[in-house]
Amino acid sequence: MYQLIDPILVAVLLLNFAALGASQLRTVIHAIALQGVLLGVLVVVAHNEFTIWAVLMACAAITLKGIFIPRLLFHAIREVSIRREVEPIIGFIASLLLGGLGTALAVLFSNTLPIAQEHVGSLIVPAALSTTLTGFLILTTRVKAITQVVGYLVLENGIFIFGMLLVEAMPFLVEIGVLLDLFVAIFVMGIIINRISREFSTVSTRNLSSLKE
Amino acid sequence: MTILLIAVAILIGSGVATLVVCGNTRLTTLFGAGGILIGSVVGLMPSVASLLDGKVESFEFPWRIPGGSLHVQIDPLSAFFLIPVLALSALAAVYGSDYLRSYSSTKRIAPHWFFLSIFVASMVLVVVARNAVLFLVAWEVMSICAFFLVTFEHEKREVRVAGWIYLVATHLGAAFLLAMFLLLGRHANSLDFDLFGVAGSLSPAVCGIVFVLALIGFGAKAGFVPMHVWLPEAHPAAPSHVSALMSGVMIKIGIYGILRTMTFLGHPAQWWGPTLVAIGLTGGLLGISLALVQRDLKRALAYSSIENIGLITLALGVGLWGITSGHTIVAVLGLTGGMLHIWNHSLMKGLMFLCSGSVLHGAGSKNLERLGGLLKRMPRTGVTMVVGALAIAAVPPLNGFVSEWLIYMAMLHGGLEFTGVNRIVLLFAVGGLALIGGLALICFVRLIGITLLGEGRCDQARHAHESAGWMTAPLVILALLCVAFAVVPGILVAAISNPIHQVFGLSTDMALPSLTTLGTLNIVVWISIGAVALLLLIMQKRSKLVAGSTWGCGYIAPTPRMQYTGQSFSEFVVSRLFPRSLRPKTSVTIPQGLFPVEASLSAEYNDPLSRSIYRPFFDRWAGRLAQLRWVQQGKIHYYLLYFVVVLLLAFFWLTFRKWVLS
Repeated sequence: MYQLIDPILVAVLLLNFAALGASQLRTVIHAIALQGVLLGVLVVVAHNEFTIWAVLMACAAITLKGIFIPRLLFHAIREVSIRREVEPIIGFIASLLLGGLGTALAVLFSNTLPIAQEHVGSLIVPAALSTTLTGFLILTTRVKAITQVVGYLVLENGIFIFGMLLVEAMPFLVEIGVLLDLFVAIFVMGIIINRISREFSTVSTRNLSSLKE
Repeated sequence: MTILLIAVAILIGSGVATLVVCGNTRLTTLFGAGGILIGSVVGLMPSVASLLDGKVESFEFPWRIPGGSLHVQIDPLSAFFLIPVLALSALAAVYGSDYLRSYSSTKRIAPHWFFLSIFVASMVLVVVARNAVLFLVAWEVMSICAFFLVTFEHEKREVRVAGWIYLVATHLGAAFLLAMFLLLGRHANSLDFDLFGVAGSLSPAVCGIVFVLALIGFGAKAGFVPMHVWLPEAHPAAPSHVSALMSGVMIKIGIYGILRTMTFLGHPAQWWGPTLVAIGLTGGLLGISLALVQRDLKRALAYSSIENIGLITLALGVGLWGITSGHTIVAVLGLTGGMLHIWNHSLMKGLMFLCSGSVLHGAGSKNLERLGGLLKRMPRTGVTMVVGALAIAAVPPLNGFVSEWLIYMAMLHGGLEFTGVNRIVLLFAVGGLALIGGLALICFVRLIGITLLGEGRCDQARHAHESAGWMTAPLVILALLCVAFAVVPGILVAAISNPIHQVFGLSTDMALPSLTTLGTLNIVVWISIGAVALLLLIMQKRSKLVAGSTWGCGYIAPTPRMQYTGQSFSEFVVSRLFPRSLRPKTSVTIPQGLFPVEASLSAEYNDPLSRSIYRPFFDRWAGRLAQLRWVQQGKIHYYLLYFVVVLLLAFFWLTFRKWVLS
């Protein structure tokens, strides 16, 4: 099933661009939900056989990344009545260009890494790096707290893909990845309980700078 | 081993249970103190068995962490340290159940009990861990729990400062430990202690580096000078049962670390013994000198801990010196004395800190200049405190004397048998040890004299009340143990022969002959003390007593302010004997002229090392680094951008390195 890995990763990369380019929060969340589901499938594919453990991990990843966290995010939008637009600091076109640049760099960089023989030529490392960079891009260029969560999720998806390299050697890392997801879930719930909006009467992280020193 | 693991499980479980029932103070105390008590008693059984039989039992379980495995083992060396850890923890928990009662209306005490249980469990784990990753994890948990225990009264500024100093010091030490284990691991190709031991093939240079790293890393925890600065800050800030545990057993875990490291390194090198002797003498002299000038009871005790760690190090150093120079009798006496002093000091210092807590509880202060006359008001605390102080000052019929006796014997034997420079150095060291002993005697006479005798120096001290039974029972038990240890030194030395044999391959039988007479002597002294006491009691019954104020001396209007103060008691020694750098900074305005005018005296009791070295150093760097404050923009996007920039730079460098370099 190894040959299925690359097509899935290409889809993941495209979803990165969708998350960067979309102007509606709803679209962005749909994109990362789909990305989460794809990653869950990737766990099974990367294991190369249907072990119960792999299927369990995949189910956990899909439930958390694909269903639970997106639902929480939608819930957060409704509850806190966050406005529906993404508020970027730099424009969408610029974000997309930077994302493209990042992906190109990731491909270049992954060629210089000393990678185990069976992974040479696979898209795992470039996809992981570029997803991580996309996550950072979203984190740095979007204003709202909820887009910060999305950025963190994408970043964490990148790390998750990287974990696929080690899925046989160190299943521990993959499990830690799922734990990171739980952390995101708690993060989102924090926003729903919504300290930011209550204390500072806005959900924009811009106002966090009043906490400086 | 299984029983010990059950004990650890009880400790952790009771800690978690206190959080579950955190609303109910009574239940919290019951679970917290009860859990530690039961866990400790359960854990003591296999420890005593292993110490006496020399049995080694281990338990290994794979762990998902790279390089880690849940490998624990109990051997005589571990058991030797487990016994004081568990015994003192049990007593401290009983004591704490009552000590914390006065806080329970204003503070949540459940987190404190949680951290205390985990603290005890992690100390046990540190001592039995046989894998570097497990060891470091347990070590960190121990340090962090201690931080939370120290900062119990975190609403006070000085407590927070003390907590931070401790946290920084312990993490600097941990960094050296990490380096040490990585170095050992690289040579052994594994992070398992068993395989470190096989590496007897380590080159002398590597052994030396590992030994120095261990001295710094473990020494920061044990309180070697100059890494001692956290002790006099953290101990007074912590609740007293925590100070007792930290000073009584946690700092000894540092000594354990050094001993355990020695088992990896094979035969000791020539320079280790003299190095330890030098560290020990410096620590001893500096510690006791500074203890002598302190005004805070617990700060003085903390400095005394530095002194006692110095004595232990000195004794172990003499022992190693004996090994490398081939004088077995010196080695056996030194190592036995050092190891015995570890146990003795846990007892005495645990007792003294618990007493100081009782004083603080009953008289509302731990400032010597506000106390006084407590022996009348708090008889049980007072008497046990006298016993503890005399024991630490190594006065004959008590246990401190036994271990110091062995150390003296070792050094004098060394002075007779060594040749050349070694002999002279060692004989000078005997002089240093004698000076430490003399100063310790002055220091503890001052502490108990000013605290317990005379008249109360403030209203609260004059109306002090004795603590409840739960607090004084541990004091009585510890004081009785101090007496018992002095009477049966032979049995104790036989009991600690296994760990010494395990680490150094020596038998302690040679130390026994010098102890039998000592034990008998102690018994005789105790019997005569008892006889004199009985006689006095009978005479007191017969004669008529007139109550008057202490040191009344026929004055018409005596006031407690006319008594000796703590500072005036030690003034002679401090101003005549100490170099200027060790004296407290005082500023005096002396009244002049015929008529009474305002006069004042103020003294600052900062640690001279932190005053002259650490504080200027950190202040200078804080000033320099303040210029980097513009990096702190307070916007989360900027912070994330920093990450991205660094990440991208790393990418670029790795990708284009070939072209740049070629």
